[in-house]
Amino acid sequence: MSVFTLSQAAKEEVLLKELAGLTAHHRANCEPYDRILSASGFTEAASIADLPWLPVRLFKTLELKSIPDDEVFKTLTSSGTTGDVSRIYLDKAAAAEQQRRLAATVQTVLGPKRLPMILVDTRAMLKDRTSFSARGAGVLGMSTFGRDHVWALDMEGEVDLTALRGFLEKHGDRPFLIFGFTFLVWLHLYEVALRHGLDLSNGILIHSGGWKKLIDQAVSPDEFRARLASVGLTKVHNYYGMVEQIGTIFLEGPSGGSLYCPDFADVVVRDPQTWAELPPGKPGLLEVISTLPTSYPGHVLLTEDLGVVHGIDDGDWPGKRFSVLGRLPRAEARGCSDTYREAA
Amino acid sequence: MSELQKLRDAFRSALDLPADAPVDDLRYQDNEKWDSLAHMSLVAAIEDEFSVMIDTDDVINMSSFTEAVRILGKYGVDVK
Repeated sequence: MSVFTLSQAAKEEVLLKELAGLTAHHRANCEPYDRILSASGFTEAASIADLPWLPVRLFKTLELKSIPDDEVFKTLTSSGTTGDVSRIYLDKAAAAEQQRRLAATVQTVLGPKRLPMILVDTRAMLKDRTSFSARGAGVLGMSTFGRDHVWALDMEGEVDLTALRGFLEKHGDRPFLIFGFTFLVWLHLYEVALRHGLDLSNGILIHSGGWKKLIDQAVSPDEFRARLASVGLTKVHNYYGMVEQIGTIFLEGPSGGSLYCPDFADVVVRDPQTWAELPPGKPGLLEVISTLPTSYPGHVLLTEDLGVVHGIDDGDWPGKRFSVLGRLPRAEARGCSDTYREAA
Repeated sequence: MSELQKLRDAFRSALDLPADAPVDDLRYQDNEKWDSLAHMSLVAAIEDEFSVMIDTDDVINMSSFTEAVRILGKYGVDVK
């Protein structure tokens, strides 16, 4: 089973119809969204790239939802680097659907069975069960795909070598799942595996969380992959996703180096000066597109991340393949949301 | 102990409910103790109790006591 099946042309045909429908739905049910679109003069989109986008930052300043208050089932928050918090409102249907789609995406590389799982994190993350950090929520969401979970770090954040050895003794001879944030995997799993000769060759690693800290240590994504392979870990999938499009993740393909869009999602790279769509090979601002946001107008979002499309229909899976290159410097990003704030 | 009783007990212990709490009508989205963390405990408790390994899709679909009964049926456990 895979959710990476549609060629770019087939995907655009399906998605454009659904996304145009979502745009109309959100205009009818979310007043500030309708005002923004009216102010921008939007009427109709002839292509995915024509669809009106919201700057992702807007979810930090405006309450954007397309459901009545009494249907809000979950409010998700994300803290940004600036301390502002995005608020994302889900009704029951949207909450169930995002989980199903995330599962379908991850099962593309894991299969239908839950695998024994190493969480490269600490249980301390979940101490206060009424308010998890974004990191805690990510760990918890992913833990659904595993069983017999072991935490690689103890309550103090130190590597729990005994727990890891015990896990590998029990499960190491068959496929198992490893999940963690990229930097923690590098710092706590790779280095420990190297030093203590842990055999991770049956592991499938899924990791996320940005490359900034690693690039500060001069570790590129390519080197990350090569060094993990040196401790036997060759099945490695990075992913990119955000709370403002919960349930949608862009997953790295088996050969590495590119993220792919599931059938219900897409990306557009834009010139940060003119907002025009950029062709493959040209880096620009990353716009993320997904049909999952039905309870809030988050189906077309301009992120503050720089990205580049590497190719279309020419990789492990069909559609666009791309990389995230890092954050746009803050000053440049500010301009675009200010325009929107005035309209809203 | 009947399979039904075992399943009720698994729900009570995973969701931290009193020993005599009625659970047959419980639904994931309506009960505040049944959060995602409790859900993983519940799945682990059910797997232990009935010696089954539940697939990812069934973990996600196990959204009520009634659904749990139906899903266990797929794994050859007749809860009654």
